[in-house]
Amino acid sequence: MEDDAPVIYGLEFQARALTAQTAETDAIRFLVGTQSLKFDNQIHIIDFDDENNIINKNVLLHQAGEIWHIGASPADKAVLTTCYNKTSNSRVVSCAAVWRMPTDWETASHESPDDTAHNPQTLELLCHLDDSAHGNAACVLWEPMGDGKRVISLADNHALLWDLQESSTQATVSSTATLEGKGQLKFNAGKWSPHHNCSQLATANDTVIRGWDLRTMSQIYCIENAHGQLVRDLDFNPNRQYYMASCGDDCKVKFWDVRNVQEPVKTLEEHSHWLVNCKGGGRSEELR
Amino acid sequence: QLNCRQPSRPGIGPREEEGSGRYRRRRVHGMLKLYYGLNEEGKAEEEQESLDPCDINGPHFDPEHYLNKLRRECSLAELMDQETCMVKQIRSLDSDMQTLVYENYNKFISATDTIRKMKNDFKKMEDEMDCLSANMAAITEFSACISGTLQDQHAQITKLSGVHTLLRKLQFLFELPARLNKCLELQAYAQAVNSHRRARCVLRQYSHLPSFKGIQDDCHAIMDKLAQELRQKFRDGGSSAKDLAQCVELLLQLDEPAEELCDKFLSHARSRLESDLQGLEAEIRPYPSAPAVKDFIDRGCNEFVSSLCLVIASYQELFINHAQMANGKLHAFVDDLAARYFSLVERRIQEEKGVGDNSLLVRALDRFHRRLQAVAKLLPGSPVPNKGIEIVIRAATERVKQYLAALQSFYMDSLTDVRQALATPRDAPTSLPELLSSLSASILNQIKSVLASVHLFTAKDITFSNKPYFKGEFCSQGVRESLVVNFIKFVCQSSRQFCESAGDKGGSTPPVLLLLLSRLCLDYETSTISYILTLTDEQFLVQHHSPVTPVTTLCEEAREAAQKLLNHYVKVQGLIISQMLRKSVETRDWVNTIEPRNVRAVMKRVVEDTTSIDVQVGLLYEEGVRKAHSSDSSKRTFSVYSSSRQQARYAASYTPSAPMDTNLLSNIHKLFSERIDIFSSVEFNKVSVMTGIIKISLKTFLECVRLRTFGRYGLQQIQVDCHYLQMYLWRFVSDENLVHFLLDEIVCSSAHRCLDPAPMEQSVIEVICERG
Repeated sequence: MEDDAPVIYGLEFQARALTAQTAETDAIRFLVGTQSLKFDNQIHIIDFDDENNIINKNVLLHQAGEIWHIGASPADKAVLTTCYNKTSNSRVVSCAAVWRMPTDWETASHESPDDTAHNPQTLELLCHLDDSAHGNAACVLWEPMGDGKRVISLADNHALLWDLQESSTQATVSSTATLEGKGQLKFNAGKWSPHHNCSQLATANDTVIRGWDLRTMSQIYCIENAHGQLVRDLDFNPNRQYYMASCGDDCKVKFWDVRNVQEPVKTLEEHSHWLVNCKGGGRSEELR
Repeated sequence: QLNCRQPSRPGIGPREEEGSGRYRRRRVHGMLKLYYGLNEEGKAEEEQESLDPCDINGPHFDPEHYLNKLRRECSLAELMDQETCMVKQIRSLDSDMQTLVYENYNKFISATDTIRKMKNDFKKMEDEMDCLSANMAAITEFSACISGTLQDQHAQITKLSGVHTLLRKLQFLFELPARLNKCLELQAYAQAVNSHRRARCVLRQYSHLPSFKGIQDDCHAIMDKLAQELRQKFRDGGSSAKDLAQCVELLLQLDEPAEELCDKFLSHARSRLESDLQGLEAEIRPYPSAPAVKDFIDRGCNEFVSSLCLVIASYQELFINHAQMANGKLHAFVDDLAARYFSLVERRIQEEKGVGDNSLLVRALDRFHRRLQAVAKLLPGSPVPNKGIEIVIRAATERVKQYLAALQSFYMDSLTDVRQALATPRDAPTSLPELLSSLSASILNQIKSVLASVHLFTAKDITFSNKPYFKGEFCSQGVRESLVVNFIKFVCQSSRQFCESAGDKGGSTPPVLLLLLSRLCLDYETSTISYILTLTDEQFLVQHHSPVTPVTTLCEEAREAAQKLLNHYVKVQGLIISQMLRKSVETRDWVNTIEPRNVRAVMKRVVEDTTSIDVQVGLLYEEGVRKAHSSDSSKRTFSVYSSSRQQARYAASYTPSAPMDTNLLSNIHKLFSERIDIFSSVEFNKVSVMTGIIKISLKTFLECVRLRTFGRYGLQQIQVDCHYLQMYLWRFVSDENLVHFLLDEIVCSSAHRCLDPAPMEQSVIEVICERG
């Protein structure tokens, strides 16, 4: 890809949510969720053909509201979660839900490509991940490399571990963890660690990064003042179990060794404004 | 009477000669007078008296004249009287003359008699002389005769006295054992050895005679004993160095093997010197209780070094005949002990950590070095003095390091003080320039005092200061590089650390301090560094043989630090305001807000804070340049509600058929407008700093707005807020279009995120804002 011209894909609406579909092993596929207050929102399925350096897209309607976060099931490539804003009675509520893509979206788009833009298919709702007691959902995390049965949703100051049953049509809260402290605490972001048998979760609220043990739902480490300002995102290194990257409003990317959280392992200060996303990979890529 | 007066007359004078011939006789008199050396002086008055030719007793008497005179002047009677008188006088004169002639005659007669008598006496005397010479001849003969007889006896006496001497010697020999024993008893070893030495040759020469042999054996036995005793004494080691030297001298005279003695002497000296060293070692104690370093060095010099010198001197004196062998041993000995001494000294010097008074240490080192010169003189070619100077150099280097550390801690302490001064609430901002100048001055003073302290090492009266190290490398590498340059680097570095660590820990560094430090670094760049370095170079007359850090490098570093600090200051201040804005946007329900009546309090707070930052920065930095203001800077309106183009854009957004056109125009507009680099570097002036802070704040505001959903009144509130910001913020920045652009962007974004975008009337906004 480096040799070729960059491939640019334009969306009609503004979008903030993007994920790679890890369950799809044959193609390089991304899911993008759009944000529009006035129109039906969409989920764009983008296939990147790296041999020909071209992009194929499909659009599914997501009528529930504008999408703030999207997550693809690691087991079933047709299943995904979204966090979306629903506006009703001049109130904005953040919700989370598990969706299934219509089975024939691929064929439909191939047969009649002209129609898709005008008459896109709609996602099928599997279940809501809402618990009115727990407030607005910020994001939903799939168990990495799991069987697509467990998700965590972060809602205000709660982390909820859900078990999905009946092919994801039923969700029950199996355990919760609550952030306690002064003022209105609220999770900004979180990541489910792929290491240690997927028993660890890292969350960010304000300038603090916390690690949680999912078996006991208790805190295992806490990085106070990880960033000078709000922490926007964090991620684990998929290859090295103790390493974590974080980014935030102070325009820095920091790398942490969770065994010693007093000082960051490394700090990058290359960006000129907020860092909203960061992704741990063999090499890191950050999105502004 | 005439006769008597004649000899006293001055007979010669040219006048008399020229006069009549009667005076010839007087001239003869004059000759005689001349012969007898009579003086003519003093007779002048007589001469004058007698000038009258009528004076009958005068020398110029003229009878004719006199007669004429008398005839003319006197009566007959008088003449007659005169004549009678004259005859009378002549008669008396004649009788006088007769008497004189008679007397003279008598004298001649008696003289003749005397001469005759003398003739007879001489004759008699000649006879007696003959007799005397005959007697003398006889005496001489006798004397010769006596000498001849005495000759034999004299030879005999000489022989006898020779025998006497020999006998005395023999007696000495025979008495020798006894005497030696006695000496031994009295411990007068020197005398014993002396006696024995005198007798030794003789004894050896005549050892074939049994009697002498006996004496020799006795002597040997005694001397062996003596030697034994000497050795014992030597071994015991109780005696002083002088005694010891004497011992060795005696033993050498007794033909002891020199090498063995060398070893013994040295080993003995070693034990004593080691005890000195142990004494010294005991003095090395933990810092507070230990005696001053100078006392320590003094003790070392007075005890160890002087003993060592004494040992060397006496050793060299004793073994001067065995120089080759002895010197090697001595060198090894001295090197070994000196090494131990040095290690002690070095340990002690390392204990010296207080940097209060450098002169004590320098003087101690000077003493140390000076005393080693004595060793150098005694033992040319010894490595000891060089090692000594190495120690001095190490101590100096160590000292420089300590001073650097002291300077650094002083700097950190002053920063803490400044921080405290800043933390105390009372009118901190007004005293900011004073704080800066006092900080700068106190650092400079400290540097100067440290330089003065270090300068002691190169003072003229210090012996080691003329060593090449202290003239060259110490000044350039030691003082300039590792002290001054390192300190400046440290200042820059620590400043940079403030930028790196402080931000994460929730702003543990007050932003004002960052600003202050940034100005400090900038001042360093512009003047202080070159001043300090010039000062150093002048004070130490540095001649750079090795490359040194140029002023420009340091200046660059300082400038870099200043830049970094200022950038960081901008960032911290920007983030503080950002935080405020972010909280205010995030915590509000923008959908169900009421119609705006006021500017939100947080906006007023933002403006207040910005103003106070502006004041703060203005205290330390110059104004800077800004682009020309337009006449209505505070009255700009935002494109969202003013320009017809934007109105069209909103119209378009209501038509569902073309959803993608919503932002097209504004996106295209954005592409052509200048990209704003939010966290970019700022310049060293107030306007640039303020621009940076405001850019960061507004950008945050924008990003926050983009994360929210707004109702109609929410949008209107944002409009009001933005207008308010526009009214007050434009004056702080270099290019007001920037503020305008960002605020425009905020309003646009909130319009975009609005469920019911119905903008407020511009006039209403203005009224609200002006109301406060």
